Amino acid sequence: MRSLVLIALLVSSSAFAQTIKIGELNSYKVFPAFLEPYKKGMELALEEVNASGGVIGRKLELVTRDDGGTPGDAVRVAEELISREKVNVLMGTFASHVGLAVSNLANQRKILFVASEPLTDKIVWENGNRYTFRLRPSTYMQTAMLIPEAAKLKKKRWAIVYPNYEYGQSATASFKKLLKQAQPDVEFVAEQAPALGKIDAGAVVQALADAKPDAIFSSLFAADLQKFVREGNTRGLFKSAVVFNLLAGEPEYLDTLKDETPDGWWVTGYPWKEINTPEHRKFRDAYQKRWKDYPRQGSVVGYAAVYTVANAVKRAGSSDTEKLVEAMKGLEMQTPFGPIVWRPLDHQSTMGAYVGQLSGKGGKGQMVNWRFADGAHFLPPFEEVRLLRKD
Amino acid sequence: MSFSSVLIQFLNGLASASSLFLVAAGLSLIFGVTRVVNFAHGSLYMLGMYFAVWLSERVGFWTAVPLAAAVVGFLGLLIELGLLRRIYKAPELLQLLATFALLLIIKDAALWAWGAEDLLGPRAPGLAAAVEISGGAFPQYDLLLIVLGPLVLVFLHLLLTQTRWGLLVRAATEDREMAGALGVNQRWLFSSVFALGALLAGLGGALQIPREPANLNVDLTVISDAFVIVVVGGLGSIPGAFLAALLIAQVKAFCIGLGFSKATLVVEFIVMAAVLVIRPRGLLGREATIPRGPGAEEPPLRPLSPLLLRALAALLAALVLLPLASDGYVLVLLTDVLIFALFAASLHFILGPARLHSFGHAAYFGLGAYAAGILYLQAKLPMELALALAPLAAGLGALVFGWFCVRLSGVYCAMLTLAFAQIAWSAAFQWDGLTGGSNGLVGVWPAAWLASKTMYFYLSLLACALAIALLWRAVHSPFGYALRAGRDSPLRAEALGIDVRATQWAAFSIAGLAAGIAGALYAFSKGSISPEAMGIPRSVDGLVMVMLGGIHTLTGSVWGAALFTWLQDAAARNVDYWRAAIGVSILVIVILLPRGLATLVQKRA
Amino acid sequence: MTVLQVRNLHKSFGGVRAVADVSFSVAAGELLALIGPNGAGKTTCFNLVNGQLAPDSGSIDLQGKNLVGKPPREIYRNGVGRTFQLTATFGSMSVRENLQVALLSHARKLGSVVSSLEQQTHAEADNLLQQIGMQAQAERPCAELAYGDLKRVELAMALASQPRLLLMDEPTAGMAAAERTELMQLAADLARNSRIAVLFTEHDMEVVFRHADRVLVLCEGALIAQGTPAEVRASALVRQVYLGDADLEPGHA
Repeated sequence: MRSLVLIALLVSSSAFAQTIKIGELNSYKVFPAFLEPYKKGMELALEEVNASGGVIGRKLELVTRDDGGTPGDAVRVAEELISREKVNVLMGTFASHVGLAVSNLANQRKILFVASEPLTDKIVWENGNRYTFRLRPSTYMQTAMLIPEAAKLKKKRWAIVYPNYEYGQSATASFKKLLKQAQPDVEFVAEQAPALGKIDAGAVVQALADAKPDAIFSSLFAADLQKFVREGNTRGLFKSAVVFNLLAGEPEYLDTLKDETPDGWWVTGYPWKEINTPEHRKFRDAYQKRWKDYPRQGSVVGYAAVYTVANAVKRAGSSDTEKLVEAMKGLEMQTPFGPIVWRPLDHQSTMGAYVGQLSGKGGKGQMVNWRFADGAHFLPPFEEVRLLRKD
Repeated sequence: MSFSSVLIQFLNGLASASSLFLVAAGLSLIFGVTRVVNFAHGSLYMLGMYFAVWLSERVGFWTAVPLAAAVVGFLGLLIELGLLRRIYKAPELLQLLATFALLLIIKDAALWAWGAEDLLGPRAPGLAAAVEISGGAFPQYDLLLIVLGPLVLVFLHLLLTQTRWGLLVRAATEDREMAGALGVNQRWLFSSVFALGALLAGLGGALQIPREPANLNVDLTVISDAFVIVVVGGLGSIPGAFLAALLIAQVKAFCIGLGFSKATLVVEFIVMAAVLVIRPRGLLGREATIPRGPGAEEPPLRPLSPLLLRALAALLAALVLLPLASDGYVLVLLTDVLIFALFAASLHFILGPARLHSFGHAAYFGLGAYAAGILYLQAKLPMELALALAPLAAGLGALVFGWFCVRLSGVYCAMLTLAFAQIAWSAAFQWDGLTGGSNGLVGVWPAAWLASKTMYFYLSLLACALAIALLWRAVHSPFGYALRAGRDSPLRAEALGIDVRATQWAAFSIAGLAAGIAGALYAFSKGSISPEAMGIPRSVDGLVMVMLGGIHTLTGSVWGAALFTWLQDAAARNVDYWRAAIGVSILVIVILLPRGLATLVQKRA
Repeated sequence: MTVLQVRNLHKSFGGVRAVADVSFSVAAGELLALIGPNGAGKTTCFNLVNGQLAPDSGSIDLQGKNLVGKPPREIYRNGVGRTFQLTATFGSMSVRENLQVALLSHARKLGSVVSSLEQQTHAEADNLLQQIGMQAQAERPCAELAYGDLKRVELAMALASQPRLLLMDEPTAGMAAAERTELMQLAADLARNSRIAVLFTEHDMEVVFRHADRVLVLCEGALIAQGTPAEVRASALVRQVYLGDADLEPGHA
């Protein structure tokens, strides 16, 4: 205790005014598979920006922290970034509830928060606030991206499996609602909601098979997805049903499936090898040169997040929070996935995702028949969003 | 459900039961003999998975499995020789703290060694496909598992009943002192039991790789499942563990089969609570001799010495003056410290003077926090009123849960508190309308006049210092003496007309109320509240704080809370592998100061 | 004046008769010893009276109040103090605190969460300590005491509630011969002075014959003799029960 007080007294509150400080916090130890590439993406972007002279004559500085993966710790870490590090911008978070907690703090402390990873719809809609902007395409958007293909198949009997927490729940709710709109005669014959990270895959696969579905919508990921795929393959569940799985095409999740990769699944993801737009090629080459590794979905998010802050500062011409917030609204910028716009209405970026099918050819999972889905086309009408937002 | 799907779900249940049994058997064996609640047992299982995947690529699956198990068994032996052996004589639960530190270290070691990505192992060669059973497909490999569980059960049974070693193990399980008196070489016995338990955990993990990728989250999942099974089966009973694994795996399989998959989040804890309420010693547990380890004798609880009191007063004064001299963050951190100090002190109130072990104290922290959030956001009460009323909800929760818990003792009581905490947690997690579900409640901010960091720090200081002082006062009040009387000698206490259970029940409720104050303060300090507030890790944190500080002293929990919170904050900021760093720090303290930090303060005072 | 009246007590365990049709009474100020060979049922009988076991039938009256089926703490509330064969004290507390807890419990003041211990019972406890001759050890934790001293503390705790009946289970077990007499003399004096009825079981015949006013002899669950020590010593039946017809002279039991 005494030493604590001493430390407290010794800490100087000086802040270096020369750099633009980004306070980044994330659950590095809880979701390392996604966040290690993410961090590399951020660092690459930071080096690029600073090598080109920084923004408005100032260098960018990245202060990263582990948020412990819980909202309570994340809020404390964010407080530290704000009061001790005197960062200009908060950035990061992964899980939805942590993102929401930090977004809530940002609103209270009046500091810009660029939520890079969280997928929850609420962070820009029901719980949206003036200071929070979200980069990735949300659960709703990614679900909506799968709907055209799902509706095209005209499958009547759908079964659903999702991890039992907000992401899975809202993916399921959006999917049911949107598919019903596109195909009114659809029938949802089974729903399985295993606890996150604890799927009892054999039993779940059997229960889904019992319902004899024509198609399955899944929002499983990580270990749950791998268990589900292996059991489903062994037990022949996927022979008779087409599967749609959010996120399963992201290298973070796809690469681990290797020769288990099921053919023909519709997924959202990131076929990094095959995207040959100039902006993506530039990013990929730089990334591989810098890290001797290929980029993952997280790499793109981290990279684009840092550029978001750089562009916002450039547009605001200042690091003042209120000016930054105004600059973020309607900000147009380039990303490895092409140009995006930060919507003034709900602070959602229009970043898109790739929709395609899985193929396990050659013992390695990859996406085939893919196309790019621009996020701007997969958002609900303005009026609907305006109703959801309280500000 | 058709007959075919009932049959296949039943077989699914059997296969899961076998996997669960392997881990639980090892845990039960270790606990029975050494009385160590091995928190790192799931980590050993995880290591079994990683080793098996890694070895499979080199020597093939079928060789990799026994090899991985052997490696983990050997690691277990090293752990016993290098660490646990040093602390058997320390206070109860200290071993829990040490094995918790191991869990942190092993997790980071695995991350360092195998990287962050999940590693999907190979299918078992020769058993990669499915067989057709009554029209459905069932994996061949699962059939192997179904056979393996009972085989291991029989093997263990023979080992325990037909060998001299088994005789000693049984003797030690039933009466450690007696076994010691019989001239059993306890050191060797403990080492071999721990190694065998670790080997079983490693085997369980290795056998799982065709069904599940090796990943870093599996340790906690497995340890909580294994605890539940061991307790439902009855501590130290291997057949009980088998029965419990069967029961729980079947209940889960049929929850899924019948379409109640959401229930799997909590169903094992509901089963456990039900079993413990009806059979306080699990399905096959026996009335054990009271586990009076060397650490069980309670030293006197001294009142705060005048010197220590003066030191505390000085500390308080320093805290009051602190906002003048600090940046905002120190206040934020110290607010956390104060809140956790109260949380830890409230846990100590039942852990120390009542020796009611609780692994689920976070339930009351969480109830207080959620009540604050709900009263403020849903009932639209003013913040001050919400803060004042919220702890009552926690107290009420403790009153209800406590009634059941005080009827049990030792680890059974601890596990029942855990079960209730998990049930409360799952209610918070799933009751979207009231609690915001997995996202929790957002926008729980203090009233304007309390919103600044300084004011909120003062509020926390006032509330926590007052509540802690009252708790300490209560320990030295007649009530506190009655509580300790019931702990020291329940027989004597009852013969003096003290209703031991009622006293413990009251203490449990008071502790819940105090934890609720901490929880409500926490909610308003963070602006949001989510299910983590009542999760298992929060309960474990509380235990760690109390044990770090020293369970036999009054002030220990406060020092423990301060150190642990500061350690987490500092380590997470400065060290990449901060979990391992915390783990190592805990181990150092455990070995150097087995009676806790407070011994340092006491020596000076 | 009769304090305890036991009538027709029966108790079986799984068909095995442990106590059969036992009746006796204890008067105020009287020391009644319950003896018998191992397995005779004296511990069962004793535990029926103190509430740890419930009888199959029969009555146990304490000055007109029925004790049957009551838990130990209610039996205590009716005016019964007891000591244990293996001493039971509160090891983490000092000797004085042990007595203070006993005194506070009697005064029903153990519920207070804020008051302090000292104010109320310090003097009373010291008074008890004086009676058992342990003032010097008031501050020592019970866990540190010698066995004989613990026995005395237990006795004082049992007497703190000013009981009408004192139950002592093998009070001198595990003690050296000199200490035994000392302790029993102390107990006997305290009981007689306060007109407390005492029921005790005891292995040591010397202790029994020296201190008991009356002796009950149990064999195979049944009461086979009762009377003054001299009468019991003279009983041929008792001699036969105890090791054929071994000598029942003091010191040879």
